[in-house]
Amino acid sequence: MSINTKPPKPVEERSNVVILFAGDSGDGIQLTGTQFTGTNALFGNDVSTFPNYPAEIRAPIGTLAGVSGFQLHFGSVEIFTPGDQCDVLVVMNAAALSANLDKLKPGGIIIANSDGFDKKNLRLAGYIDAADPLTDGSLVNFQVHAVDVTKLTRTALEDSTLGMKEKDRCKNMFVLGFINWMFSRENTLAEGFLEKKFGKKPDLLEANRKALVAGYFYGETSETFTTRFEVKAAPLPKGTYRAITGNQGTALGLIAGAQKAKLDLFYGSYPITPASEILHELSRHKNFGVITFQAEDEIAAIGSAIGASYGGALGITASSGPGIALKTEAMGLALMLEIPLVIVNVQRGGPSTGLPTKTEQADLWQAVLGRNGEAPIPVLAASTPIDCFDMAFEAVQIALEHMTPVILLTDGYIANGSEPWRFPAADSLPEIKPPFIASREAGTPSAAEAFLPYARDERGVRPWAIPGQAGLQHRIGGIEKQDLTGNISYDPRNHEKMVRLRAEKVARIADRYKPIRLDSGPAEGELLVVGWGSTYGAIRTAALQLQKEGHAVAHVHLRHLFPFNKGLGPLLKNYQKVLVPEMNSGQLRQLLRAEYLVDAQGLNKIQGMPFTSEEIRVGILNQLKS
Amino acid sequence: MSTVNGIGETPAHEGGSARNDKAEKIDFSSDQEIRWCPGCGDYSILKQVETLLAQSGKKKEDVVFISGIGCSSRFPYYMDTYGMHSIHGRAPTIVSGLRSVRPDLSVWMVTGDGDAMSIGGNHIIHLLRRNVDVNVLLFNNQIYGLTKGQYSPTSPEGAVTRSTPMGSTDHPFNPLALVKGADGTFIARSMDRDPKHMREVLARADAHRGTSFLEIYQNCNVFNDGAFEVFTEKASKPDHVLFMEHGKPLLFANGTKGIKLDGMTPVILDLSTGAHSADDCWVHNERDGFKASILVRLFDDPRLQGAMPRPFGVFFVADRPTHEEKLQAQVKRAKEVKGPGDLDKLLQGEHTWTIG
Ligand SMILES: Cc1ncc(C[n+]2csc(CCOP(=O)(O)OP(=O)(O)O)c2C)c(N)n1
Ligand code: SF4
Repeated sequence: MSINTKPPKPVEERSNVVILFAGDSGDGIQLTGTQFTGTNALFGNDVSTFPNYPAEIRAPIGTLAGVSGFQLHFGSVEIFTPGDQCDVLVVMNAAALSANLDKLKPGGIIIANSDGFDKKNLRLAGYIDAADPLTDGSLVNFQVHAVDVTKLTRTALEDSTLGMKEKDRCKNMFVLGFINWMFSRENTLAEGFLEKKFGKKPDLLEANRKALVAGYFYGETSETFTTRFEVKAAPLPKGTYRAITGNQGTALGLIAGAQKAKLDLFYGSYPITPASEILHELSRHKNFGVITFQAEDEIAAIGSAIGASYGGALGITASSGPGIALKTEAMGLALMLEIPLVIVNVQRGGPSTGLPTKTEQADLWQAVLGRNGEAPIPVLAASTPIDCFDMAFEAVQIALEHMTPVILLTDGYIANGSEPWRFPAADSLPEIKPPFIASREAGTPSAAEAFLPYARDERGVRPWAIPGQAGLQHRIGGIEKQDLTGNISYDPRNHEKMVRLRAEKVARIADRYKPIRLDSGPAEGELLVVGWGSTYGAIRTAALQLQKEGHAVAHVHLRHLFPFNKGLGPLLKNYQKVLVPEMNSGQLRQLLRAEYLVDAQGLNKIQGMPFTSEEIRVGILNQLKS
Repeated sequence: MSTVNGIGETPAHEGGSARNDKAEKIDFSSDQEIRWCPGCGDYSILKQVETLLAQSGKKKEDVVFISGIGCSSRFPYYMDTYGMHSIHGRAPTIVSGLRSVRPDLSVWMVTGDGDAMSIGGNHIIHLLRRNVDVNVLLFNNQIYGLTKGQYSPTSPEGAVTRSTPMGSTDHPFNPLALVKGADGTFIARSMDRDPKHMREVLARADAHRGTSFLEIYQNCNVFNDGAFEVFTEKASKPDHVLFMEHGKPLLFANGTKGIKLDGMTPVILDLSTGAHSADDCWVHNERDGFKASILVRLFDDPRLQGAMPRPFGVFFVADRPTHEEKLQAQVKRAKEVKGPGDLDKLLQGEHTWTIG
């Protein structure tokens, strides 16, 4: 399809590339990013992404507050994180450059839409005296390519009858076309996407397609670009893949759990960043017997989920920071009732409203300890977008099979990030078997037996009798109950007994865990890195690198934060030092110290941004030296 | 029973009082000792509810009582049905979830004036606007019973209670006006001291599809004795109570007085002089939403000279699809359109690619 006769430009091979698209929230940068990700994944690269949204929906155009970013790491090697620093920075305006320049590697490539660098844009971005960084020599350490994307897009759409505003909306497709060219990728996937999106609006379809093609040809014909890059396919395990974000993974894991238990799923929720996508995703799957309920507040959200579980469905609720705080009292109720319930906390920066669009792991104590009374609730944590699926499924398993509320912690980083997923076959997922009990119809021998709603099996689990079942009428409540009968009891000894029974039941959940397994590194040695949650990719990358360099460093990643895996205590003893990297000021570290009397040290970052693997690598090295 | 009364949130009970064990009611009573104070208005309500259920032919296992926290909210423990004594103010949330997945059950919600109008106020209005099919029994005693005598959102201004020694400074809620404002589809009032009336209204509430809201004036003889005396005592009742009947003129004081609508303003007509007759009076129409809005506003302080009588009975009934019906219809439609969920297809998603 090439129309020029020039010799093809040279192609440089790279094992992995980090590219960051940044622009005004209205520039369509997220779309450019996801489309380029899709193209690379389809090509066979391993990929990991991290979208970074501004807190304001529509901050004033051109301001730093309005900058939206999408970071993609793709490679011919295995990829564990969206990347520390980028090789290529694509910016649509001056603010996007100013906000992200510190993320670019020395010598990295800047592709800038020069139209976004006029006096007004420069001033809004905070460049003193509106000095243009593209021309004033301040970027000498980088390879700068200024491209007037706006003008080129308009020229390509000269014949179009669309208005100027609509034409300018096609800029992101011009950029995508150009980036496709730059990394030796075809426009095919993007074209398919456009057809699907604009199939019913031929003029928009035509314009977007033209911009896409124009961007591609611009790369081929422009004199300024001398090289293209090539990132070969990664040796990923054979199989069929799809892309998945953490929130999608959570939603699918919950549905899969409900299906495997043959139950309807009730999801009570109140919108909040970054958990709302779970609500959006679940509401699209009503044909799985999924009912979504947008409640009046988070208390009603969890209350309705408890009510649904009481009615014999799988009750689920999710939120983030402030919303989880509101649910606290009802979590205590669910635990007193001993009823299945999954509470998902997609953590964000706190306290209070905190940093809604930024990530943090600072709700661990709240999950493990933050309730009135002796209130043990199992706490799980997902480490990657894919792991969100696995842990959501396990949360459902535990909730239903052990008659307990379960807290699942994810966070904004993995909730929005995506990776390729070799999804499982439905058949490969285990059946889930709640402790249902048979009805006692009048006139049958069983009807004479008194039903004891709080009698327990060998795991300490009570039976699940559901309204409508004959002969099993019983009352439950948040007030302390008599052992076995569930009737109200203020007996002091009974209270102590019940507190212990509830604690033992939760402690025994650890019996079902698989034996603890190192993620990487020697079974004993100098230092063990203990991680949990979304720091996984950064820790794994750092640990693998240090092991390659000959350090006796191992990495274990905890998915069960309460109760802990029984193998964790002995494992900690096999290393001289223990280091706990966390996006908080040391919450897991404190729990480990309290539980195991181990002198765990912390590596802590509380900036609303994930760790880079380099930060972890340096942290481990410092710890080794100390 | 091995229970020992705690010192905190438990009113000074003398222990349980005897149940009336007539055969028709036995069915629905649980084996639990009742721990309300002797003489508490709650007993009468319990009795009428048991009677109604026994007569209704419902199966015990199909009936569920959900309550919040308060003296009144102990109710579920006394019924041999399914029941949950939940947390303060949140019963409507539990009910909403339960009904969403179980439209087949008969669900009752028991709440107090603090539980429903204060801590649970937000949930109540949303329950009503959604029209969740539940029978809400508001035990209004104009006081916090369980916490021993603080004023509640329905206590009259000036009420001297343990937390308001100089009198309450708060303007009270008119619960039924609030219910009307939230588009409740069944609005009624009754009182503990009129069992027959209560039973009739309970039956109406039970028959209604949607949120049936029944406010019951309940005497807390320990912390707010006589709060509703003028409405319940023989001597004052005729002058202060207006029993509404659908299709009949609004009369009270043994038929010697009636209510007429003068424009939008209700006025009292004296029917004893011969100048006016029952034909001049406002004829009650339960289906008239605008007029119901006026009726619920008949809320004068009965101590005032020329106070309007307080209406009892059914103010308003409307037919509106229930929330759970609509939710379930969406699930059904999704299954029809997309077919029943195929987990493999779901996990696969819309775009896949193959490696190897
Ligand atoms: C979250 C919470 N706050 C406060 C309380 C204490 N409390 C229990 S019942 C109650 C008020 C009860 O009044 P009402 O709802 O009118 O019921 P009554 O006892 O009068 O029947 C209060 C404040 C509680 N149990 N939970
Ligand atoms: S409402 Fe009053 S009388 Fe009734 S049990 Fe409570 S404190 Fe006692």
